[in-house]
Amino acid sequence: MPRLPTPLTLPDGGHDDGRGGERDHENTATHHDDNTPHGPGNTQGRHPGKQPRKHPGARRRGALARGESATAWAFISPSVLVILGLSVVPVLWSLLLSFQADDLVTPSRWVGLDNYRALAQDPHFSQAVGNTLLYTVLYVPLSIGLGLFLALVLNRRIRLVGFYRTLIFVPFVVSATAQGVLFSFILDPEFGAANSLLQHLGVSPQGFLTDPGQAMFVLVAISLWSGTGFCVVVLLAALQDVSPSLIEAARLDGAGRWHLLRHVTLPALTPVTVFLLLWQTINALQVFDLVYVTTKGGPLGSTTVIVYFIWEQAFKNFTAGYGAAAAYALALALLVVGGVPRLLRARANRRTEGAAR
Amino acid sequence: MTATTPSARTESMTPAGSPGAAGPRRTRLRLPFSAWHLLLAPLSLLFAVPLIWLLLSSVMSDAEINRFPAALWPARIDLGGYGYVLGNAMFPRWFANSLIVSTVAVASNLLLGALGGYAFARMRFAGSRVLLVLMLATMVIPFQLTMIPTFLVMKRLGLIDTLGALIVPSLVTPFAVFLLRQFFLSLPRELEEAAWIDGCSRLRVLFLVVLPLSRPALSTVAVLTFLTTWNDLTWPLIAINHDTQYTLQLGLTTFQGQHHTRWSAVMAGNVITVLPVLLAFLFAQRSFIQSITNSGLKG
Repeated sequence: MPRLPTPLTLPDGGHDDGRGGERDHENTATHHDDNTPHGPGNTQGRHPGKQPRKHPGARRRGALARGESATAWAFISPSVLVILGLSVVPVLWSLLLSFQADDLVTPSRWVGLDNYRALAQDPHFSQAVGNTLLYTVLYVPLSIGLGLFLALVLNRRIRLVGFYRTLIFVPFVVSATAQGVLFSFILDPEFGAANSLLQHLGVSPQGFLTDPGQAMFVLVAISLWSGTGFCVVVLLAALQDVSPSLIEAARLDGAGRWHLLRHVTLPALTPVTVFLLLWQTINALQVFDLVYVTTKGGPLGSTTVIVYFIWEQAFKNFTAGYGAAAAYALALALLVVGGVPRLLRARANRRTEGAAR
Repeated sequence: MTATTPSARTESMTPAGSPGAAGPRRTRLRLPFSAWHLLLAPLSLLFAVPLIWLLLSSVMSDAEINRFPAALWPARIDLGGYGYVLGNAMFPRWFANSLIVSTVAVASNLLLGALGGYAFARMRFAGSRVLLVLMLATMVIPFQLTMIPTFLVMKRLGLIDTLGALIVPSLVTPFAVFLLRQFFLSLPRELEEAAWIDGCSRLRVLFLVVLPLSRPALSTVAVLTFLTTWNDLTWPLIAINHDTQYTLQLGLTTFQGQHHTRWSAVMAGNVITVLPVLLAFLFAQRSFIQSITNSGLKG
């Protein structure tokens, strides 16, 4: 945020239709489209000592009210068209599809709740749900835990620490496709470097992604390689916001390292950790690219996750209605996971900083 | 200079990493560097090794790679993989496609995001609140819920199998609109008022006054848009069939499927896919990190 001379940043009662209004919900509700935020009564009411400014633009602004609304619509209509057009329409269409049989080519046929009924009995779907949950339950806590450990270790002023941070974060910008291709090479059971290394160590060669008992764990490990850096960066930023005076005070009170961590640092990280928990969970439940590139859901369906299942139904088997039903089932699950804390947080946010979410 | 030396000395005398800092000092073996390096260096190397291996294997010969146990270091630099990928495969074409899609997405997210964000931040019009809430609500819709109908929409528009199908859905995201709106709200209004009084139109105020002050927010939008469009596989996989229209990600995974014995070429293609993002990251690291924490802490 650019720093500006303080007089410029002082809140001005006459200009609260945007900023002040956000801060105070009731206030905005009473504002209508009247375009008279510069009324002298308004300004005087808030700042009795202040000269009611004769705003040269005020009258012109009133005259231009209609033009302003037209300009505003010209500004937002492309965004509205793209964003709402490609979200509201598909969401409703998806709901419709989930009650239909559709092969993406010929006209669809209404089948009522058949898709959902079939879904409930489909062992492949329940396997996909199980696999997704296994992935999520492993990946989310491990990425946050590992991220927290690394952030704590990296949060000190020693030489090269910036270099270490860079190395740990770099995998995050590598696409899931590139990760998948790279690791199917490294973990290739026949020629891969991993098995070469294991042989040097005297361990028998492993199947990795071709072994149904290992594949999911290997995928979690690959995701940890790339996803931990994100947690580290977010947690480091939060760590650096922990007030040094707080730590100093605790230290003066005789708190040791462990107590400092347990009673000062970790509590300060709670909000960010909750955010990460949510964010990582939502991402983990939607994992697809890595699975598509490495295992294509195999071996023996051991890595078929929900989104892969949906993709397979819709674009490989051409049973789009069935896929849409699966997507709705997953969306409901996500809504429960993501919606409730989000709602709580939004309320808390509005109370503290007034950001409209 | 001389005044700062003593304090600098005392600082280096209290090693941040010494676990005994709170208790009595024990005599111990003194390392010429902080003990934390013993932990951090191998750990961070662990994260770097796969990428180093990627680079190394892309300049190995296939004979070296297909030996078991594989060579861990190339005997000599062999650019055969790159030659194959740039000559026989369509990587240059896919690179261009990815570049077109990402560039258009970044430019249009900046433009449409700024216009939309500015309207929501500063202009009053009927329904602005409802629209904003509606747009924000779309941020929580998971992609797999919309992907099947989006495919059908693109099909109706006749865009399937063209770059248009990749560009249209990424023209503008609610994230860009919302992030820029929040940033514009944090700017002081007075500067705009002055320009407004001077007779500037809203558009001119936005471009001449507001946007020059908004570089941090604009770079966040640019960085994250580039990262997500460049790295995306799911949507190209659905929307594109013909290999002339592939993006790099889609091309790479297809190429790997067809050439699983030519690992050096696959790795060369992989380097080409990763390199633009990697270079962008290394050159604009601060901006990347800032963007991630911005989106992370506010998302």
